[in-house]
Amino acid sequence: MTITIAGMRKRFGQTEVLRGIDLSIEKGELVALLGPSGSGKTTLLKIIAGLEWPDSGALNVDGQNWLNLAAQDRRIGFVFQHYALFPHMTVRDNIAFGLSVRPRAERPGKAIIAAKVSELLEFLQIAHLGDRYPTQLSGGQRQRVALGRALAIEPTVLLLDEPFGALDAAIRRDLRNWLRSVHDATGSTSIFVTHDQEEAFELADRVVVMGEGQIEQIGNADQIHDHPASPFVARFMGATVELPVHLRAGRAEAPGLDASRLERRALADGPARLFLRPEDITPIVDAEGAWLVASTTSTGATLRAQLRGRDGVLIETALPRRAPEARALQPGVSVHLRPEAGAIFPGSRDPEALAQSSIPATRLLKESNR
Amino acid sequence: MDLEIAQRAVTTITKGVTVTLTLVGISVAIGFCLGLCLAMMRVSSSRLLQKIAEYYSAIFRGTPLLVQLFLFYYGLGQFEFVRNNPVLWWVIGGGLNCAILALSLNTAAYTSEILRGGLMSVPVGLIEAAKAAGMSRALRFRRIEFPLAIRQALPAYSNELILVVKGTSLASTITVMEITGHAKRLMSQTYAIFEIFAIAGLFYLVINTLLVLVVRRIETRLTRYQTASR
Repeated sequence: MTITIAGMRKRFGQTEVLRGIDLSIEKGELVALLGPSGSGKTTLLKIIAGLEWPDSGALNVDGQNWLNLAAQDRRIGFVFQHYALFPHMTVRDNIAFGLSVRPRAERPGKAIIAAKVSELLEFLQIAHLGDRYPTQLSGGQRQRVALGRALAIEPTVLLLDEPFGALDAAIRRDLRNWLRSVHDATGSTSIFVTHDQEEAFELADRVVVMGEGQIEQIGNADQIHDHPASPFVARFMGATVELPVHLRAGRAEAPGLDASRLERRALADGPARLFLRPEDITPIVDAEGAWLVASTTSTGATLRAQLRGRDGVLIETALPRRAPEARALQPGVSVHLRPEAGAIFPGSRDPEALAQSSIPATRLLKESNR
Repeated sequence: MDLEIAQRAVTTITKGVTVTLTLVGISVAIGFCLGLCLAMMRVSSSRLLQKIAEYYSAIFRGTPLLVQLFLFYYGLGQFEFVRNNPVLWWVIGGGLNCAILALSLNTAAYTSEILRGGLMSVPVGLIEAAKAAGMSRALRFRRIEFPLAIRQALPAYSNELILVVKGTSLASTITVMEITGHAKRLMSQTYAIFEIFAIAGLFYLVINTLLVLVVRRIETRLTRYQTASR
């Protein structure tokens, strides 16, 4: 099943939640829609499912226009964030549901449905739970039942909305690996929504990063992590430190910045913004340094240092507590910054980003009092 | 307490039990079906249907059942087109039919509100899940929305059933010989007010107690999934 989405737009009242989405998903692919809350990823998923309708755009699956098909005619499997299991039905009935409600002409016989359900219960490793009700199940078990219900109809496309959102960390990890193996075993085309980067990168063949109703970047973990396509992606991937720099011959320059470890960029000379993750910044003690250590906090394995620039801007760095550079960091010490990796975008800094990247003064006050 | 009168009261009032149960049974059946239609109108996307159901509910819940009974029984007979129409005259000409009509329309208004609450309590996620599973709208209503709504509404609906049983006593004011009708007639013959109405009250209490027990059994069966522990 090849899914092609073109120019898709959707508005709720005054808010445009999808702004011209173009996306192609190949047969058998497992794709993650990754983004913060309100980025439009669930809306996009629901449009594919037929639970929402776009204002404009095209949705074709193997050349067939799905916008002319009602949800019940699309044969999609949908796994909801909070499972949406029917509470008045047993596990067995929940899984059989999609098959038992088909029109008479297409409906398999009762014996065939029962056999199919038993097979799925075995496959999902919940054979012993067939006669229980959803209220009698744990979160992980409910998740498996929800997936079983979606898989029972042998869907053309499997859609999962934050499938592990309601589970605790340990179960999430187990189910993640399990879901990947289920996907590989069924060979279905699958799309899942998440705001968890680790989840997206670990599970998906390709990750689609969405922000404010548009696709910001498509790629795998390394591409998105190392080469964010926009300031939005950089920030979303944890590059919370944003520095105004000047580009000269593809190299970033700024007071108190040693950019020798950053790869050169084929960008025109001029003002730019450098996005860095706190853990990618090494503060080097330097009497002439343009940054001052305002406070330090240990979290055991990591030392977090708040640094104040000459212009009063605060940034945070994080480095291993036992690293040689960490031992020398004391409040009041001057340092310069040596980023190990970062993303550069041309143009001057926008004030909104400045507010996002700097640390609130109240927090700094607390830190310095420790 | 005069035991002889009490014994006579039991025998006489028992004759009215069948009529009371007939009134309750038919009124509840009609009222439930009409109430369900009204509830569906209330949750529909059509503003017109919503308003019709809303006004209906406001009128029948906002006026006393006794007034409604009198309007149907005594009031409608004033109109010539009602007297000349055999069907309409059959409905409002006899006390029993008229009582059934008034009780049905009255309980429909309350039932619609109870069911509307039930329908609105069905999580959107479940409706979407049913859609995604390939269900048509009618099937979705029959298999998901209605079963869950009725489970939610049952405790409140059992209250309404009790009120209908008690409401049947007003039918005696329009010549229907149900429990209260027989009690009133016996009272006018013997003037033993306390004995007769205490026994009449006891009859209502027994009917309502049995009704509550039946509804509770149904509720327990329907909500097994909620009470089941891990």
